[in-house]
Amino acid sequence: MTFYGYQRPDGRVGVRNKVLILPASVCASDTARIIAQQVDGAVTFNNQLGCSQVASDQQYVMDVMAGYAANPNIYGTVVVSLGCENCQMDLVVKAIEERTNKPIRQVIIQEVGGTLKAADIGVRYAKELTTQASLLQKMPFPISELIIGTECGGSDPTSGLAANVLIGEMSDRIVAAGGTSILSETTEFIGAEHILARRAANKEVHDRIFEIVHRYERAMQLVGEEIREGNPAPGNKAGGITTLEEKSLGCIHKGGHSPIMAVYDYAKQVKPKSGLVIMDTPGNDPASVSAMVAGGAQVVVFSTGRGTPTGNPIAPVIKITGNRMTFAKMEDNIDVDASSLIYGGSLQQLGDDLMQLVSEVASGRQTKAETLGFTEMSIARVCNFV
Amino acid sequence: MCNAMIIDSKDNVAVAIEPLSKGDTVTYLCNGVEHTLTARDDITIYHKLAIRDIVCGEPVVKYGEHIGIATCDIQAGEHVHVHNVEGRRENPEEKE
Repeated sequence: MTFYGYQRPDGRVGVRNKVLILPASVCASDTARIIAQQVDGAVTFNNQLGCSQVASDQQYVMDVMAGYAANPNIYGTVVVSLGCENCQMDLVVKAIEERTNKPIRQVIIQEVGGTLKAADIGVRYAKELTTQASLLQKMPFPISELIIGTECGGSDPTSGLAANVLIGEMSDRIVAAGGTSILSETTEFIGAEHILARRAANKEVHDRIFEIVHRYERAMQLVGEEIREGNPAPGNKAGGITTLEEKSLGCIHKGGHSPIMAVYDYAKQVKPKSGLVIMDTPGNDPASVSAMVAGGAQVVVFSTGRGTPTGNPIAPVIKITGNRMTFAKMEDNIDVDASSLIYGGSLQQLGDDLMQLVSEVASGRQTKAETLGFTEMSIARVCNFV
Repeated sequence: MCNAMIIDSKDNVAVAIEPLSKGDTVTYLCNGVEHTLTARDDITIYHKLAIRDIVCGEPVVKYGEHIGIATCDIQAGEHVHVHNVEGRRENPEEKE
């Protein structure tokens, strides 16, 4: 199976061809938006962080920024910084250059004389890059070039019965084809981590699976909180999920049956062609999706029981539900109805159809979230601001 | 015609795959064999019902795994949800 994508100079393959206007901090986000709005083919996001953070907390932001710029769906990046923030321009540029050799342009708002001058320079840089990007021709590539991020959000019991089972089937097929699939959401391994650990490729991966869950639980306890207070969420419960363990046991189906080859920290660069891997992310969907996209996922496949709108500025997000009522109600937001799996439908056939859709989306077909222009995202936090 | 399903033969709860009313006959397959019982509550579609009596303090089993413990005695056919089940953190390393 193949798709039509864009060859990048660092050897990776993109499924979109955008220019990223990257705000280095919250104080650069409005200026980045003003630039992106004026350039067809440019994307940006609201960076609400980038300053007043302790080192480990800031590292998450640095990794998401560098990972977004390095994601192969991006042709090149215009970094916009205010000038005085903790995520200094030179640090951001160095972090990007450690991951990729794609084009980078820089605008420091305080140095060039305010937002309007920065916007003028930034728009010119962005237009230069979008023009270069437009010269690229799509070429056929094997599906093994894909890193697929998998996510579930607004889960209900159909997620574990159908949608996540289908995603697991796709994940196994991507892995069998030589590609990469990322299983995420550490909070939703709780009560099911022993099942994942049994599938670890080696002892290091086995121990890391337990470690990331323990670390997450300890982090909550340090601030006197308990994960179960907010998880399962009210919608999960209304749908019929009773406990966090039940939610987790449904969630892990997204990882199919393949061996787990590695555990990556939040937003770190995932090695292509490495089979099924885990990334340590929160259960919060926009923060988990952004980490996998920063890790290099070109496409995200996302299950929902209640119906969620999540998109992403960099990667197309394919939505799947196993709940036939939800598909009927939320068809504007959901790409695939997998509910037939509960009523005797063939996993083989649904798997064939989903692989075809993944290949089409990788070749440029817009997802529902893309047609709606949904790009909201967030970045995980370690602790409060300083 | 099945109106409920179990995921693993160890499960003590089934999932309603059609809306069920109190008194309805519930039909599900286990290892290819059809089983029936009577719903003791109205069960919202995709919610759970007990397929055997579950004693207070006993694990509730779905996906073949513990999803929590019964906080009161639950009779076969009753709705199983937050009113009679509580999550319990078990030591996963012991379960391997």
